[in-house]
Amino acid sequence: MAKIEFLGPLNRESIEVDIKNLNDLKEMFKEDKEIQEWLEICAVAVNDSLVCSLDTKVEAGDKISLLPPVCGG
Amino acid sequence: MSLELHDGPLHVEEISNRWFNEMKEKNYGAYIPFIGIVRDEKGISGLSFDIYEPILESWFEAWQEKAKAEGAYLLMAHSRGDVPNHTSSYISAVVSPQRKVALKFINDFVEDFKASAPIWKYDLIDGKRVYAKERSTALKGAGLLK
Repeated sequence: MAKIEFLGPLNRESIEVDIKNLNDLKEMFKEDKEIQEWLEICAVAVNDSLVCSLDTKVEAGDKISLLPPVCGG
Repeated sequence: MSLELHDGPLHVEEISNRWFNEMKEKNYGAYIPFIGIVRDEKGISGLSFDIYEPILESWFEAWQEKAKAEGAYLLMAHSRGDVPNHTSSYISAVVSPQRKVALKFINDFVEDFKASAPIWKYDLIDGKRVYAKERSTALKGAGLLK
């Protein structure tokens, strides 16, 4: 199982999912209307590195983070 | 690594004095600080912040490497949680042997900080946190899962 973290204003509890890559996660979220509103503006990190490909593999124990738009300072 | 995170507003005098006293002994000729102050505007009583520390640390370390390559050194402090108006949530500073490198670096560093550091800002309005969505910037690769 991989852990999904919803950071900052997403303000949701983490979940555990059984997926092989990020495409699987995209499919999984298609039924989640609340998260759909955020996906267009959220970046994705796997084990704390930002990723840009849906083919990114996900292994058991990986941490996937959803990062909404940022504004520090 | 000189990245500090503090709960609540920053104690500007303590941080500034400590950094200056540490840096003045290291033979840098220029010390350029930037101190952000929370402004009283749009009816807010302050700002509030969430931080994702693992990515903030790797982002900062990458900038520290860039600074090192130019003989400079970076320092940064940021608040977690609530920060009232007219206090500070962010201090950064660059030291370098010469002024020009530090002046350029502080600008580039703060610009990228705004666009890339994994920190989320909320306005404090009537005691509630309201995500500052319209002032926020999507990170690299945003929209991958849409």
